[in-house]
Amino acid sequence: MSLRQHTSQEFEAELESVRQQISEMGRHVDAVLESAVKALLASDSELAKRIIVGDEETDSMELEIDHLCLEILARRQPVAGDLRLLTSALKLVIDLERIGDLGVSIAGRVVELGSESPLIPYEDLMRMMMTAREMLREALEALRDQDVARASRVIDKDEVVDAYYSQIFNDILSRMREGPENIFRATRVQAISKYIERIGDHAANVAERVIFIVTGEDVRHFSRMSRSDFS
Amino acid sequence: MESPEASSTSSEPSTPMHCEVPLRPAAGVPARAAPAGGPKVEIRGLSFFYGKHQALHDIDLDIQDRQITAFIGPSGCGKSTLLRALNRIYELYPGQRATGKIMFGGRNLLERAGDVNRLRSKVGMVFQRPTPFPMSVQDNISFGVQLYERLSRPDMEARVQWALEKAALWDEVKDKLRQDGTALSGGQQQRLCIARAVAVKPDILLLDEPASALDPISTQKIEQLITELKKDYTIAIVTHNMQQAARVSNYTAFMYLGHLVEFGDTKKMFTKPAQQQTEEYITGRFG
Repeated sequence: MSLRQHTSQEFEAELESVRQQISEMGRHVDAVLESAVKALLASDSELAKRIIVGDEETDSMELEIDHLCLEILARRQPVAGDLRLLTSALKLVIDLERIGDLGVSIAGRVVELGSESPLIPYEDLMRMMMTAREMLREALEALRDQDVARASRVIDKDEVVDAYYSQIFNDILSRMREGPENIFRATRVQAISKYIERIGDHAANVAERVIFIVTGEDVRHFSRMSRSDFS
Repeated sequence: MESPEASSTSSEPSTPMHCEVPLRPAAGVPARAAPAGGPKVEIRGLSFFYGKHQALHDIDLDIQDRQITAFIGPSGCGKSTLLRALNRIYELYPGQRATGKIMFGGRNLLERAGDVNRLRSKVGMVFQRPTPFPMSVQDNISFGVQLYERLSRPDMEARVQWALEKAALWDEVKDKLRQDGTALSGGQQQRLCIARAVAVKPDILLLDEPASALDPISTQKIEQLITELKKDYTIAIVTHNMQQAARVSNYTAFMYLGHLVEFGDTKKMFTKPAQQQTEEYITGRFG
């Protein structure tokens, strides 16, 4: 449903600003994830430390969007699709901020791992991260294009991330059983894989909110009930 | 809050002014003890004409018993016209006519044979601007009542108090009953008009932009009052204020160019309207 523009161009601009700031924040946290991956692959503690320090930028973006939404709610008393956009934006930025936090957490584990050699090959971890980042980017594109079908595909893709997590978890368990000297690295890599799994969940949350914004249908708690991590 | 007992007469009053004061109390007005629910008024195929201009097109709509139904839409959409058809106030103006059916109490209100005075006693109306009569607060209330009921002085005083309490005005004017009604504040005047409307115990209250001329606090009082009155009356309200419709009503009808575009539950209408035209109007994209 393509709506015409608001009679108030100022209101229209404010809503557009919310959409743009969400996109910008999404791109920012995706860049954080990309840097975290680079730091992990290169065992680059200095890059990882810069990621940790840079988290303030994500936080300030979240606050800025929050304040903008509150201001619009107070001044415009939006309804229908506008109301759904703004109330969803308030929740959506929490998911984005958490994704940024998870990128920072990955960086924290990279610092702890230092120059230790990888416990397991990182290919699956990278594929898992690639899928989670795809979910994030596609969810944000679905928001931009009001594309419910794409948002639904993002939600479905979370199963792939979960499957990677199960596989990596089992690999790590095997290595831990091989000897206690592996435990330090194993717990760090397991934590990283869990962070990526959570990134997938938050990206799926964003996609669910897109469906609500566009259709008014609240698919939370229903779209992923059959998934293995709920069973 | 109990209604005072009142004896009614069968006198035939002439039509005073407009019918802002419902004109005649219905003998044996049905008790309102029945549970709310179900349609109180069933509108079917309603069309309305100002001369050759058709202002309403084939409207079908149910107004639910003891619920608040809001009519919204841009100027000229026909919402006030529809409201005015409900008590045939349009008959006061030449060249205006309605076709179709408005079923209320088992009868089609639009039938000429219907007793319009009796109708207006059951269907009270309050207008946009407060219009207290240039008489005392007490007389503003008793004026309409005494046209149709012969009450003793104590009964009339009790009726005045009852109506003012219903309109949440009693506490503010109980010491000013002899003062001129026009000396009250705008918000008080409007509540006085509502008290005047309920004094003859109608079944339905029609409110045409009842708070649009009032300040925010007075508006909140009117909205609170409307919510309270819902317990006893079926209310139809026309408002340009979308937030007001969202705040006070149970059902909302969106009208455009004389057509009913969408009608349904207010919560749904303001969060997830079914029609794109509704969405565009309530979000301020046109109108």
